[in-house]
Amino acid sequence: MKEAETLYKFNFAGTDYSIINEESAVAGFKNETLYHINIFGMDFGITETINNMWILMGIMIILSVIIRISVNKFNQVPKGIQNFIELLVSGFTDFTKSIMGEKNKKFAGFYMAMFLFILASNWAGLFALRNPTADVATTFALSLTTLTMMHGFAIYAKGFKGYLSHFFKPYAFLLPINIIEKVTPGISLAFRLFGNILGGAIILSLCYSLTTWLINLVLFVPLGWLIGIVIGVSQAVVLIPLHIFFDIFIGVLQSFIFVVLSMTFVAREMEEEDHEEHKEKEFLAE
Amino acid sequence: MNELTQVAGQIDGASFILGLSAIGAGLAMIGGVGAGLGQGMAAAKAAEAVGRQPEASGKIMTTMIVGQAITETTGVYALLIAILLIFVNPFVGMYQAFLTAMIK
Repeated sequence: MKEAETLYKFNFAGTDYSIINEESAVAGFKNETLYHINIFGMDFGITETINNMWILMGIMIILSVIIRISVNKFNQVPKGIQNFIELLVSGFTDFTKSIMGEKNKKFAGFYMAMFLFILASNWAGLFALRNPTADVATTFALSLTTLTMMHGFAIYAKGFKGYLSHFFKPYAFLLPINIIEKVTPGISLAFRLFGNILGGAIILSLCYSLTTWLINLVLFVPLGWLIGIVIGVSQAVVLIPLHIFFDIFIGVLQSFIFVVLSMTFVAREMEEEDHEEHKEKEFLAE
Repeated sequence: MNELTQVAGQIDGASFILGLSAIGAGLAMIGGVGAGLGQGMAAAKAAEAVGRQPEASGKIMTTMIVGQAITETTGVYALLIAILLIFVNPFVGMYQAFLTAMIK
């Protein structure tokens, strides 16, 4: 960790004071290596992102196991926690159906897990954890999953020949554009989530550093501790709305958008060929 | 040339590049104008559509939000470039690598 540098010094009532720069603005961006793990002679640096992600994963796994045990016996008439879970699952299944079509409703399980993970990591800022999604590695891992699913399910739905022929679809010379078109969704997905969450985290840490700086400044004035308390309390008035906006609102919105776009991309890759074949068959039947 | 002036020259060059990076970051954020305009247009059209068909407001809302998210991408790219220029300072590193190569 870098030592805090002194911004300026001054003398008050015979004692020397120094104002230090805490670099909180950069703290929103920094991703420090917390500890090292040695596996089979290989050294892995565990960053804050991975550490926080493991915490979130642990909490989510424990919660899901608890819910699974408590809903062990399914009742015909749901009540209590089973009611809530059924509402959640059937709501998400309907949502998946409305976007991906009736036959692709099996994707609901995967996308609900993805949604809950992104939501948890977007809300981690509320519990003083650094958002795992404020790291390119996490968002790129998520978007690479989408890219792999796009291409994998395209091959699964159309066959390898159909998948390859799709690259030459309108005209053969459009091949480079088609290849770019198959890769860019992943990049834009990853950067959208990353940029939104990182921007929010940086703005929040800037606001925190502003109030810290103000209190540091004010403490050397006579009766400064009183003003310091006022500033510290007013921090709540300024920062709670900011947390509500950047963590809760933007967090829900971005995880929703990530999942919706991911669903749309996968469904589009799977369906496109079907419609044309269907039309051809209809045409031949006539 | 003694060492002191060399170091002073390096610091000046690096801080010059830092200043230019800050200006570049500010200029990059002009890209936010497009995203804002696009999102505003989408919101205006959605408001019109809800006015015309209030019963379809849920579907219009979802469509609007997804469309706005896609529009927002350019603004987010601009923000990322600004963040890179301010916090990562790629050009200062390039300049220092250039200097060490020159000294060798």
